[in-house]
Amino acid sequence: MKMSKPMTITEKILAVHAAKKAVSPGELIEVRIDLALANDITAPLAIQAFKEIGVEKVFNRNRVVLVPDHFTPAKDIPSAEQCKILREFAKTQRLTHYFEVGQCGIEHALLPEKGLVLPGEVVVGADSHTCTYGALGAFSTGVGSTDLGAAMATGRLWLKVPESLKFIYYGKLNPWVSGKDLILATIGDIGVDGARYQAMEFCGEVIKNLPMSGRFTMANMAIEAGGKNGMIEPDEITFQFIKQRSKRPYKTYDSDPDAHYADVKEYDVSKLHPQVALPHIPSKVKDVREVGKVKIDQVVIGSCTNGYLDDLRVAAKILRGKKIAPSLRLIIIPATQDIYRQALKEGLIEIFLSAGASVSTPTCGPCLGGHMGVLAEGEKALATTNRNFRGRMGHPNSEVYLSGPAVAAASAIKGRICHPEEVMKRRV
Amino acid sequence: MKFEGRIWKFGSDVDTDAIIPARYLNQSDPKELAKHAMEDERPEFVKEVKPGDLLLADKNFGCGSSREHAPLALKAAGISCIIAKSFARIFFRNSFNLGLPLLESPEASEVIQDGDHVRVDLTIGEIEDLTLGKKFHATPIPPFMQELLQDGGLIPHLRKKMNPQR
Repeated sequence: MKMSKPMTITEKILAVHAAKKAVSPGELIEVRIDLALANDITAPLAIQAFKEIGVEKVFNRNRVVLVPDHFTPAKDIPSAEQCKILREFAKTQRLTHYFEVGQCGIEHALLPEKGLVLPGEVVVGADSHTCTYGALGAFSTGVGSTDLGAAMATGRLWLKVPESLKFIYYGKLNPWVSGKDLILATIGDIGVDGARYQAMEFCGEVIKNLPMSGRFTMANMAIEAGGKNGMIEPDEITFQFIKQRSKRPYKTYDSDPDAHYADVKEYDVSKLHPQVALPHIPSKVKDVREVGKVKIDQVVIGSCTNGYLDDLRVAAKILRGKKIAPSLRLIIIPATQDIYRQALKEGLIEIFLSAGASVSTPTCGPCLGGHMGVLAEGEKALATTNRNFRGRMGHPNSEVYLSGPAVAAASAIKGRICHPEEVMKRRV
Repeated sequence: MKFEGRIWKFGSDVDTDAIIPARYLNQSDPKELAKHAMEDERPEFVKEVKPGDLLLADKNFGCGSSREHAPLALKAAGISCIIAKSFARIFFRNSFNLGLPLLESPEASEVIQDGDHVRVDLTIGEIEDLTLGKKFHATPIPPFMQELLQDGGLIPHLRKKMNPQR
């Protein structure tokens, strides 16, 4: 379609879904939703909202996805009751995409893997990390349960067109530096409200060479800077990822060279070393070498941020033939069943078990202090997850540090936060 | 729409884990959630908060997760209105969808103190600190959001729109 004025990729996707030639930041629009998603925490309220609206059926039974991933396999009776609400709703509404424990996975890793999100689409999910799918060049954003209930009923939702921010990364990545380090450094730079209400568009030569896993990690954490959505223009890496997963047609969009951005930030990654976010806010970011000697009680590798196969491969490379510190617990959670199975085939799980790790079935579990690794008073954890707010992983007086999988695996061996180089011999 | 009550003052970047910790999200009963609102941040809050009281915060209130349980818990605890320098976007949407009004006023957020008695007139966006004897003006609430509040939230609003005969 010929667009009437220069627009960003985010604006173009929203314009198409609002059946308009063009949209401008700040404009309130009603958009057509391609996919609506909820999990075992948010779906019960969304289903209640849906029922209160008084419609019989969801707008499209192929376009509503329910993923019980947070407190599953059900950690207690109330959680089991919540899951039951999802299961029954999925059955009554004959939903195509309900993922039971055993076929399930962490929602934001699962949906792209199943080919449920494609470039150019609009996805809303009752989970803040729904912004992950921006990595595929889709517009996707987190909403609350009431909004999701409305989206399930009508297939539409009102949105405010966000301003866009452009983040350009150039230079050569140092060893052990990944998408997680890029996004942590960015959040450290702009703060937890640095992109409030805005679209974060990631680009530059570094992004062009970043694997899908790293792209998902970056878009995933847009919300940690207050962003409405993360966005990466689809390219050959995206197309390859999709090719194996979906046969549905899709349309790609890109930003016009003269599109308007509220701000443009440039980062030379050649100077960037692995990053760590200190308690209790994701923007309190430091170079791992400047963190000091922080002894840790638990390391978690997993989540919608870093539970991808590439992340497990990095962790296995570091843990191979080594043992974790005896004073520490290492919990590794592949994000989906397929990732779990592939990790098993590649021998990664064997490496983890030999190192002394506990490996779990896919779940969000510990990331939000739900189960599978809740912290006691005074304990410190290093996690590849996305949030480290006070009490996020358990007791209000526990602490969470955030990093990528390389720092997490190395630190599990040392028993304190460290640079991967400390446990890996430098090899050229 | 007018509200009057005491102010509960909080800092900046108050996240949804602080408003309602995830350990209570294995159910969605507003009354149960209300019992734990802000409990890690300020344990006396749930014991002393009275219906009609107002919450005041610095910037980016409600950042973090999309859990609607956060505004739901505060509303069920009796909070009538939240005033802040700014709000995180999902929390902002969720609150209006539930019929919980939010006002943005950097000046009020700075000047009003914890425990002050405050009166709010939503229609004109006026905040009056009766303890200090000062008035502040908030950013006007967009007409669409006003309509949501009038209807009692998004669901009653949609019900009205989709089933006009009821």
